[in-house]
Amino acid sequence: MTLRRMIPMWIAVIGGFVMLLSAFVRPIEGIGENFADAFNVIAAIAVALGAGSLLKVNLSKISRREAGWGFAGVILITFAITLIVGLLKIGVHPSHDFPAALFSGKQETADSPFGWLYEYAMVPLTSTMFALLAFYVASAAFRAFRAKNVEAVLLLVTAFIVLLGRTFAGVVLTGWLPDWASGLRFENLSVYVMQVFNTAGNRAIIIGIALGVAATSLRILLGVDRSWMGGGDSA
Amino acid sequence: MVLGACIGFAKAAAGQVAQHPAQPAAISQTALQAAQPAPTLLKESRLPLFTWILGIAIATTIFVARARGGKPPTIRRIAALEAVDEAVGRATEMGRPILFIPGIQDMDNIQTVAGITMLGRVAKTAAEYDAVIEAPTSRSLVMEAARDAVQASCLAAGRPDAFQPDRINYITDEQFGYAAYVGGKMMREKPAACFYMGCFFAESLIFAENGNAIGAIQIAGTAESSQLPFFVAACDYTLIGEEFFAASAYLSGEPDQLGTLQAQDATKLAILMFIVAGTLAATIAAVMPSADFFAKTSAFLQRAMGN
Repeated sequence: MTLRRMIPMWIAVIGGFVMLLSAFVRPIEGIGENFADAFNVIAAIAVALGAGSLLKVNLSKISRREAGWGFAGVILITFAITLIVGLLKIGVHPSHDFPAALFSGKQETADSPFGWLYEYAMVPLTSTMFALLAFYVASAAFRAFRAKNVEAVLLLVTAFIVLLGRTFAGVVLTGWLPDWASGLRFENLSVYVMQVFNTAGNRAIIIGIALGVAATSLRILLGVDRSWMGGGDSA
Repeated sequence: MVLGACIGFAKAAAGQVAQHPAQPAAISQTALQAAQPAPTLLKESRLPLFTWILGIAIATTIFVARARGGKPPTIRRIAALEAVDEAVGRATEMGRPILFIPGIQDMDNIQTVAGITMLGRVAKTAAEYDAVIEAPTSRSLVMEAARDAVQASCLAAGRPDAFQPDRINYITDEQFGYAAYVGGKMMREKPAACFYMGCFFAESLIFAENGNAIGAIQIAGTAESSQLPFFVAACDYTLIGEEFFAASAYLSGEPDQLGTLQAQDATKLAILMFIVAGTLAATIAAVMPSADFFAKTSAFLQRAMGN
């Protein structure tokens, strides 16, 4: 194995074991936190690499007039504006505690240009993307709930019960049922489906995931699986 | 690890020794503290979890040794992983790129690590088939890890020239900003195959529905149980939870890695037995309050499961 692969592997093995043990062993609690801090420092340094990549890719896209090069221009302009306004704290008043210090004010406040950009550009754009999900959910549900076979019919009926049970329509439709049959009301059936069938299935998946996480972590920590470094190399 | 613990102990001991001569008034307080029970080495509240992890580690060691001894386990066929070659082949035939999304979390998330592992496998196949792979990332560190993985895979495939670093680029940390970029890229470039392997949240459906709209073959894998229904509804193949983590071992076919999967199954069987025994004990204890044995058994099993 070359040093290029051996060094990252040993960093992962030592760091991983220390992090794991620091969750259980009292005397080394702090060491685990140190590793977490070291990760944050590395991630912060890597932001410069990310910014460099962003500039390089988008500038080359513009110079080559690739499909969507106009969007690349928008990315670069907005990136530059946000970076300059944020780093130089343009329009930010000094803090009351340190009025003589030029950069002592907080830029996150809504009255600063940086805060304005966040509040009136970032938040609406994010909300718009999130709102699109409603249409995507509708189109995905339309495909998923097509009664093609027995399983699909079961899914459709269950979804119908849960959806109706969580709206006022369900209460209106089955509200007339007497108390002794109240378990058949849509709102109660919906709770029953979610708390019994859904919880049971979900917990089974979560137990599998937890074991998968533990097994994958052990494979990496024991050096059995080194394919995360690429090349399909294992033990 | 041991050295670190020793240093920690040494520092703590040195601190106490240094304080004693300088603070004689604190001696009585120290004596009082000494009278109290000393904290144990292990955190008691996490002892059940520690025992389970130890159990998984022991099972892993046993089954890996068994697999090395010439008894590799038989693994059931996972359709999503069998379809990787088909997806890459389709992209090659159509002359369109492969899009790989390694989730939106950083490298400290095990799902991202599993996603990068899958990227390495897909990149190796893509290099062998001479297909183009693109991986926009939402974290700078993931971009670097992905570049390393793809470069190593291209080298392993004997095609170092197939590595194009600019095709693996950083976009933004912002969740929906990243979703908007990927959605737009899908619509413009129409990749023939889309892989979503990692940690996803609300953007999962945006990716999967866009991929569906352009007619791409889609393979997803995540351990976020809340996003699994969206992937199942919109993708051709989905690696559900543990299948996603088993992907690397499955694709490698190495006895060592397959042994860890067997250990995982053995632990799952043990958990199942605990759940069944606990349910029975709790039910009998509820029906027969005089049966003290079952109440105690139920309480013990609950503690053993970390409750």
